[in-house]
Amino acid sequence: MARIGVFVCWCGSNIAETVDVKEVAKYAGCLPGVVISIDNKYMCSDPGQRLILDAIQKEKLTGVVVAACSPRMHEVTYRRTVAQIGFNPYMLEMANLREHCSWVHPDKRMATEKAKDLVRLMVEKVKRNQPLYNVQIPVTKKALVIGGGIAGIQAALDIAQGGYEVILVEKSPSIGGHMAQLDETFPTLDCSQCILTPRMVEVAQNTRIRLYTYSEVEAVDGYIGNFQVTIRKKARSVDIKKCTGCGQCIQKCPTKTKSEFDAGMGIRKAIYVPFPQAVPNKPVIDRDICLKFTKDRCGACQKVCPTGAINYEQQDEFVTEDVGAIICATGYELTETHIYPEYGNDPDIISGLQFERLVSASGPTLGELKRPSDGNAPQSIVFLQCVGSRDPLAGRPYCSKICCMYTAKHTMLYRHKVHNGKAYVFYMDIRAGGKNYDEFVRRAIEEDHAIYIRGRVSRIYRKGEKLIVLGADTLLGAQVEIEADMIVLATATVAPKGIEKLAQMLGVSYDLHNFMCEAHPKLRPVETNSAGVYLAGACQAPKDIPESVAQAGAAASKVLGLFGQKELSREPIVAQVNQSTCAGCFTCKEVCAYKAIEIREIKDKKGNLIKFVAEVNKGKCQGCGACAATCRSNSIELCGFTDSQIFSQINHLTDGVTIEEPPGEVPMDAEETQGVSEETEKERLIEKPALAGQKVKN
Amino acid sequence: MTKYAYYPGCSLHSVAKEYDLSMKAVCRALGIDLIEIPDWICCGSSPAHTTSHLLSLALPISNCIWAENQGLDIIAPCASCFSRLKIANLEIKKDGKIRQKVNRIIEEEYKGTVDILNPLQLFNRMDMHGEIKNLVKIDMSGIKVACYYGCLLSRPGDIAGEDDCEHPKKMDQIITTIGASTCDWQCKTECCGASLAITQPKVAFRLVCEVLNSAMENGADCIAVACPLCQSNLDMRQSEVSDHLGKDIHLPVVYFTQLIGLAIGINQEALGLKHLITAPFSLFEEKCNLSMAIAKG
Repeated sequence: MARIGVFVCWCGSNIAETVDVKEVAKYAGCLPGVVISIDNKYMCSDPGQRLILDAIQKEKLTGVVVAACSPRMHEVTYRRTVAQIGFNPYMLEMANLREHCSWVHPDKRMATEKAKDLVRLMVEKVKRNQPLYNVQIPVTKKALVIGGGIAGIQAALDIAQGGYEVILVEKSPSIGGHMAQLDETFPTLDCSQCILTPRMVEVAQNTRIRLYTYSEVEAVDGYIGNFQVTIRKKARSVDIKKCTGCGQCIQKCPTKTKSEFDAGMGIRKAIYVPFPQAVPNKPVIDRDICLKFTKDRCGACQKVCPTGAINYEQQDEFVTEDVGAIICATGYELTETHIYPEYGNDPDIISGLQFERLVSASGPTLGELKRPSDGNAPQSIVFLQCVGSRDPLAGRPYCSKICCMYTAKHTMLYRHKVHNGKAYVFYMDIRAGGKNYDEFVRRAIEEDHAIYIRGRVSRIYRKGEKLIVLGADTLLGAQVEIEADMIVLATATVAPKGIEKLAQMLGVSYDLHNFMCEAHPKLRPVETNSAGVYLAGACQAPKDIPESVAQAGAAASKVLGLFGQKELSREPIVAQVNQSTCAGCFTCKEVCAYKAIEIREIKDKKGNLIKFVAEVNKGKCQGCGACAATCRSNSIELCGFTDSQIFSQINHLTDGVTIEEPPGEVPMDAEETQGVSEETEKERLIEKPALAGQKVKN
Repeated sequence: MTKYAYYPGCSLHSVAKEYDLSMKAVCRALGIDLIEIPDWICCGSSPAHTTSHLLSLALPISNCIWAENQGLDIIAPCASCFSRLKIANLEIKKDGKIRQKVNRIIEEEYKGTVDILNPLQLFNRMDMHGEIKNLVKIDMSGIKVACYYGCLLSRPGDIAGEDDCEHPKKMDQIITTIGASTCDWQCKTECCGASLAITQPKVAFRLVCEVLNSAMENGADCIAVACPLCQSNLDMRQSEVSDHLGKDIHLPVVYFTQLIGLAIGINQEALGLKHLITAPFSLFEEKCNLSMAIAKG
């Protein structure tokens, strides 16, 4: 016999203002199977929780219904509480009287009636609850970090520091990312490479970190704690073990192309190391332009290599690694400079990243600022912010976030190189929120005399040696025309091309602009909706270095927290297959978004195959219920949301109209369902049909 | 023969006769049948839309009724007419109440099925580039043309549509198709100042100076236009501009349809070149080896 306790919460005035909680508690007390029904101003408070515990012990309750807020809010709280005294937490359910009732209805009488419905339905459900036990899964204590920029480097180092192994995969020939390309960093103007390269070396020297450069993640299988990752090691055409990094091959190579590291401002050879501090400092051959691969000629590098490290026959290699957690730190890209056709496509119009390379001591001009068209030092530069960002018409309504600060930095770097140079900045707003950030911008304006003009630029065109910039000064309400030698565009920060493929592989959702989505924008900023996959850096949204590093540390700590557990314990809200009735059609396998349905062979004692049936991998199952809804033979049940539970709720809502339940599922208290006066019930249901207290599962 | 309703508007029957002549001649050569809307009235440009919103819709819509009944789309060569007709059509398509009001005023039942096109859009929609190229008889490669779109041909972007409103290319593409070269200049969509010519002559003059000067500096031999107001404004003031800038400005301002006509060898008289104030004859004689005797009339 069911012994149910109902606990109605006022939630201060949140519920009590719109719902007559006393009346609801009184009503619930009369429901069949309910032995105790009480209300309290704050059920989630310590005295409130104590009420529940006392009632369970005194009344020997078999089930508990807490009629309060959304289960998303406090289900965990209450279940944890009752578990303390050995009560199975899954015998407790919540009726949502706040989000589903008091907050959305103005009429107190109707809301109270609805609250009664919600409580009655949950009582019916809980009568059919079965004790459930958390699923235990083992954890492979090794992490995968995708992306070797500053975020990936930081995450890898932090996890290694915590004592676990890390695999760091980087698609380009060296780790370092965009930070390695920067000259100096805001707001302190310290040299980017000087602070980054020691960390890169640390990665290379750390015995717990296995580095795969020039490699990409090819496939991801498995689930939290138990991922199988396939990594493609692209053919470097250089045997890393034999290569000493002497660089003779690079000197002799006759083929040149634009250097990606120098953002197209400088050149590199077909066999190249992206930059002198690269980790690993071993070259790769760009097979798209190398004469050996395009025309089967040359071979100079092989001839000069003193250790015979050049290997044209090398093939892409595939490695499979087992990992327990994945951090995605794939970073960002900048859009091209010709976003706006009215700005033209002049060689002296460059992006912020190109400017970094032009002023960098390791750049193509060795730090001497020369404009691309004629190599002269620009006497005036116009910096344009928000080029392609904060522009819904260009498809990017978001702020690229880093540009206000790096543009201020650029004006300083420029003035430090060309002392009499004029730096103009066209801005929409100066967004310098951050420690010492606004002070930094003020310094650019006050000490380095950057001229800030609030407004947009309508057109850029060349007039002889000069570029003419036409724009608006919205503070003066005037048109401005500026003659400049060079233009630097703060082009929009965007997600890397093709990143959605990786996101799909990882089961991570991404937004309209292909930035990956966190599980909760405020409270779970580094987790994703795919358990065991975390985000770090600009793959989630535009971010500067301090933020990327902070997020990388946060992601690493999540991974360490995961690895700190012996086994993973997770909610038992998973699907279960009745293998005796399963016909093995595997329609469930088709609809499962989490690849949680596996095929199992059923054999007789002699080992002869009887049939194939579906089996749910409890580690992967997210409890969405798609398989249960699809199963034609009704062989799949979702624990905690069985047909018997749901149908009993529907039947008690429609009250009298019986929906046929699946065979073999006889409700425990079928005779007890006629508790309420039929007439008043019907009257009420005509007024507001089908308002069921649906439970939201996270 | 593809049929279109033709709305010349006041300009093409008066100051921009040469636009009318050349447009019709080129369409004839391309197999496009233009049928002038019978009893067309003013499109309402400027006076109507600056005084009464409903009038600014009722006037253009009264001109669309006939075309709708005939099942034809309308070609409006004047950029201002095009803009008014297009805006009126979009507005009544968007707003059922406005449509009812307008229908009550014009005492007709207009549904809004007509599409409004300017000549650039027409040639583009019908993919006439290949056809035009096949018809080219005269070598125009010696001429460098500054294509001038002005304000209303490509803007507002969501109404004029099709081309990039800040950096339109459709006219440049047609001029390239007939073999002439075009210049990349910054004044393509700058205002010519025509609407300020009477109220703010100084401002208008400055704007004309800028457009002409920029075309000159970018090495243009002539300016191609598709708007009667731009044409007359840029064409008539060149001696004043020359005095003001202290350099000789002689830049024929021709309708792009006249250039197409010349290139595909249409009878010069039919193109109305003699109506232009800044004479283009020596330019075509020198750079295209054309005898201009007939054109001069």
